[in-house]
Amino acid sequence: MIAVHKFAAFSFAFLIAGLACAAPAANPATAGQLSSSVSDSGPEPQLAKIFKEIEGKRLDMALQLTENLLRQYPNFRLGHLIKGDLLLARTQQIKSFGAMEGAPADKVDDLRAEAIIRLKGYREKPEAKFVPRYLLQMPPDQRYAIVVDTKRSRLYVYENDLTNGGRPRFVADYYMTQGKLGADKLSEGDKKTPTGVYHVTANLPRQKLADLYGNGAYPLNYPNEWDKRQGRNGSGIWLHGTPSNTFSRPPRASDGCVVLANQDLDVVAKNLQVGLTPVIISNSVEWLSLDDWAKERSELNKAIEAWRSDWESRDTDRYLKHYSKRFKSADQNFEEFAAQKKQVNAGKEWIKIKADNLSVFRNPSKEEVVVVTFDQDYRSTNLNNQMKKRQYWLREDGKWKIIYEGSA
Amino acid sequence: MTLNSPIQPRFPLLKTWRAVAIGLAIGVASPAFADNLPEIQRLIKQGQYPQALEKVDEYLSSKPKDAQGRFLKGLIYTEMNKPTEAIATFTKLTEDYPELPEPYNNLAVLYAQQKQYDKARTALEMAIRTHPSYAIAYENLGDVYAKLASQAYDKALQLDSANSATQNKMALIRDLITTSGKGNVKPTMPATSAPVAAPVVATSKPATSTVAPTASIVASTPGAAASTPKIVEPKVSAPVAATAPAGTAADDVSKAIAAWASAWSRKDVKGYLSQYASDFKTPKGIPRKAWEEEREDRIAGKPGKISVSYDEPQIVINGDRATAKFRQHYKSSSLSGSTNKTLILVRAGNRWLIQEENAR
Repeated sequence: MIAVHKFAAFSFAFLIAGLACAAPAANPATAGQLSSSVSDSGPEPQLAKIFKEIEGKRLDMALQLTENLLRQYPNFRLGHLIKGDLLLARTQQIKSFGAMEGAPADKVDDLRAEAIIRLKGYREKPEAKFVPRYLLQMPPDQRYAIVVDTKRSRLYVYENDLTNGGRPRFVADYYMTQGKLGADKLSEGDKKTPTGVYHVTANLPRQKLADLYGNGAYPLNYPNEWDKRQGRNGSGIWLHGTPSNTFSRPPRASDGCVVLANQDLDVVAKNLQVGLTPVIISNSVEWLSLDDWAKERSELNKAIEAWRSDWESRDTDRYLKHYSKRFKSADQNFEEFAAQKKQVNAGKEWIKIKADNLSVFRNPSKEEVVVVTFDQDYRSTNLNNQMKKRQYWLREDGKWKIIYEGSA
Repeated sequence: MTLNSPIQPRFPLLKTWRAVAIGLAIGVASPAFADNLPEIQRLIKQGQYPQALEKVDEYLSSKPKDAQGRFLKGLIYTEMNKPTEAIATFTKLTEDYPELPEPYNNLAVLYAQQKQYDKARTALEMAIRTHPSYAIAYENLGDVYAKLASQAYDKALQLDSANSATQNKMALIRDLITTSGKGNVKPTMPATSAPVAAPVVATSKPATSTVAPTASIVASTPGAAASTPKIVEPKVSAPVAATAPAGTAADDVSKAIAAWASAWSRKDVKGYLSQYASDFKTPKGIPRKAWEEEREDRIAGKPGKISVSYDEPQIVINGDRATAKFRQHYKSSSLSGSTNKTLILVRAGNRWLIQEENAR
């Protein structure tokens, strides 16, 4: 009779069940495991604690932690939703996440997805002895690399650890937002985030941007040569921040851009070198043990070195063996390219090739493709030329072959 | 003195326990009051606040520490819509008598009116800390939690705070009963005693249940009303005539009609039904529930837009009853037409609610 409130039993079972379903995806056979060690950046550690309190039915503590979280991240919508639920749980039985009567289902779903994916990202930080397969070789002047895992809604920052032979060293990871319709962009307006090897091409400061882009924007070179060759189009894929009215956006919310919370973008931006820092976007990052990584790297370095020395040998047939029959440059197919090389090499008494600042990045795709970029110094009897060159190498029948080549 | 038992039947729409609590409070209330206090109480009930304030100041000049007197003073300020003074008075009381839950409760009501829900929450939690089984404070705290939840949801889901229109329905406590000392009851179950006298409920949001969704309006205190700051004379019991200036009342009646037509046009059934008094005379005397369902069906169930407008109404006020005659223009996808409408409205707190509706 008396209205002493039932402090209703309140379970996030739905959310937890969701988490269970979203258990770590099986990685490719070659890839390594993700550890259960934890990342300590962003709101995830606090979120994890809050959910632990909720599971333990310690709702008062959960509310207190949520209020602390919101003091730190006042525009964190997910935090406000949890707070709303915890307060509402004091007045009525709560059956679902985002329990407000008439809550817009799409927005609640977005926040639930964010909760699940943030907690998952927090619980599954990459282990130090595994590295993303993509970062095979970074040039000495490139300090950092960005790797994005769209399935996990996670952006990883790696350092080019020159003291350890250029081994990628994990620095930090952040929650990120991708296109509304996911990854693997194909065409203009498909609201997808491209997957591939990109780099930032510019730094657009906040003052020049609409609020939507937050603290800054870094355009990516989508579509790259490989994308164009695959017939992919579209433009304006940026790495950027978050509008001022929210701390973060749902996991799938952009038109294809990679979006970070402003505070995260600010940190990441410090490490971005325009024209240099790779941003490698994958649907599901493959991880290699350091041994496997070193093996793959050495194999590719050998292939590239063989190509270089065979060019110097002026034995055009040997040289052309490094090229796929499906080779295409901007204006030549394999036959045209071969004919030209034969003619040019015939007129040379010597050729010297230097390839400096070599980078080798594996393309996240089903086909085994690597993107090779270097400063080429070409000297010969009658012609000297310096250029930045980019090649796409494809593994055909177990051998690495050049399928595209051009200036970068 | 007795608290007005006639008030009791006027709270039919409060949650049952509240109504019970009021009834029980009546008998308990009087002994706690000394000398002039009943007179002050009477003045408050008659809406004679300046006089009540004068009396209470007089009373306090000889007993400056007296909790009852100071509590009444806080109430008078609340009634006079002087929240700053009311808050100061109740705050001081909580400092001097931290064991009394009522000042905390009323402080919370005042904070909630100012949408300072965090402060309201703290005050109510204090009330409960001193009296863990204090029902009214729990009830009010529930409202505050709901408000805070709603604010959090607004932020989470980027709602344009449609909820904030919901008015405060927290109960102000009219009597200090848990005064420290002998014989005072910590209210636990209604069966023993309750701390509450006449909780004043301002224009409430329409209840969500199907039970009596309208007219949850009771002896008004303007202070407790979130929206209308103007002073409305509380009708306490029959003998006390309403003394509000007719102009003010006519304005309020106009507002009620406008709100009614607007809710109807918006197809806001809850809002529409909340304009009807609990004793509304349904057509042909059909059960209230059946009538409400029919209205819901005709309003919310109607495809397309509804537009209800009306010409300048003629309003005649007679005490707590008002008759409004106007030409009503109705338009929907299936029907449009004009009728002469007569509404009879009754005063309920600071609102006017429709008791009869006739069309010719």
